Amino acid sequence: MAGTVIPFGPQHPVLPEPLHLNLKIEDEIVISATPAFGYVHRGLEKLADIRDFRQMIQVVERVCGICSMIHALTYCQGLESLMGVEPPPRARFLRVIWSELHRLHSHLLWLGLFADAMGFESLFMQLWKVRERIMDMNEATAGNRVILSVNVIGGVRRDLDPGQTGWILSELAEVEKGIKAMGRTILHDYTVQKRTRGKGVLSREQALELGCVGPMLRSCGVAQDMRLLGYAAYGELDFAPVVERDGDCYARCRVRFAELGQSIDLIRQSIGKLPAGDISVPVKGRPEGEIVARAEQPRGECLYYIKANGGKFLDRLRIRTPTFANIPALTVMLPGIELADVPVVLLSIDPCVSCTER
Amino acid sequence: MGMGLIDNLISTARRRSPWLLHFDCGSCNGCDIETLACLTPVYDVERFGVVNVGNPKHADILLVTGTVNLRNREVLAVLFEQIPEPKVVVAIGACGLSGGIFREAPNVVGGVDKVIPVDVYVPGCPARPEAIIDGVVLALEKFREKSKGKGEGK
Repeated sequence: MAGTVIPFGPQHPVLPEPLHLNLKIEDEIVISATPAFGYVHRGLEKLADIRDFRQMIQVVERVCGICSMIHALTYCQGLESLMGVEPPPRARFLRVIWSELHRLHSHLLWLGLFADAMGFESLFMQLWKVRERIMDMNEATAGNRVILSVNVIGGVRRDLDPGQTGWILSELAEVEKGIKAMGRTILHDYTVQKRTRGKGVLSREQALELGCVGPMLRSCGVAQDMRLLGYAAYGELDFAPVVERDGDCYARCRVRFAELGQSIDLIRQSIGKLPAGDISVPVKGRPEGEIVARAEQPRGECLYYIKANGGKFLDRLRIRTPTFANIPALTVMLPGIELADVPVVLLSIDPCVSCTER
Repeated sequence: MGMGLIDNLISTARRRSPWLLHFDCGSCNGCDIETLACLTPVYDVERFGVVNVGNPKHADILLVTGTVNLRNREVLAVLFEQIPEPKVVVAIGACGLSGGIFREAPNVVGGVDKVIPVDVYVPGCPARPEAIIDGVVLALEKFREKSKGKGEGK
């Protein structure tokens, strides 16, 4: 029975998005995995030819709905440094607050889907119940649950009044309580450990060689976090990247779980330090030159290459998203595991296909 | 007579407990996470008997989010074909309706109705969970009409 090929996807119950894997199987053990793409490709980088550089903010927000705010943030920061614009301090802190709210909702979403992938449906439901509070915060502060549209070149579009920041803090306390209650199950439950420990192991060297980013890399003992660059207001806040050593699915779970607490802490710090003043500066002129902008998304480093010619339309926009960098790791992690563990290992990279294919 | 009774029973059961198949057809994930949010405790569509399934052959309602592109149009057509009659299709979000913000992008064909017939359109970018639930309830209405039409045709 050498080499049965099982197609996994594009439509699969465990995947919210169409990703296709050709799994070569021998006796229920995966021998090789070949990912195939293109089901979500839209070609939106090409839209830069017909939408001007300000309209492109709305387009890049829709690269991915889960981390849309950080996509727009990276793009705006790139253009701001091209145009020599300095966003006001209040805007930089507000950007951190919305970024971290996005990270919170994304990690909770992932933990839920991960629980669902191992068949732990009640944990999925509980985590998503907590997540709804964060969606409410997004809606109350930005007017939309998913795509916030708060970033503009030169600052942000919406301000938070003291009533809102107070409410965010009290909601965060509830979220923290919910997460803490779930922590026992996620980190110490026998079933979860049985399904995740020692599965899909990636060594530090392999992770670096394959170019992994974000929690994938941090779970192998590399303290790489783009927030350390100090963009927005991260330079003025106190935090250290969460690092684990084992490099298996359980370590990835631990990293993302610990980052939930870190995000809550960062939002509290930003609200505490929130300076008074304007939320945006007027921006005149058009961008010229080329730049690479980087930011830390929930899934890792996101990279924007922007080339502008001083005209209304950008010459080139290139987006390298974290999942694109993490997918090669699948070809190393999947061989040698059982077919039943494929969903767990696949989900452990936190795949975001619409990011990858744009 | 006996067959009629069974048909009636099946059609009632389907209407009372429709099973959904969700397919992401090139969406930005915004509508997908809102569709998933419908299943979770706050919105909880399961109180209407709605269950999310992974197999098109078990499904009654197809929820499609996102634009159709040149590669996934075949997947969408195959999924639609595999769902047994009667079936209804709900297109979710601006992209599913017309291609939305991506309609001019090079690899985009357009809305879902370019490939398969759509019964209910849910607008929004992304569509809110309440709107999606409303769309599913409207789809049930269509579903009832379709099941009836099928019964009379026999």
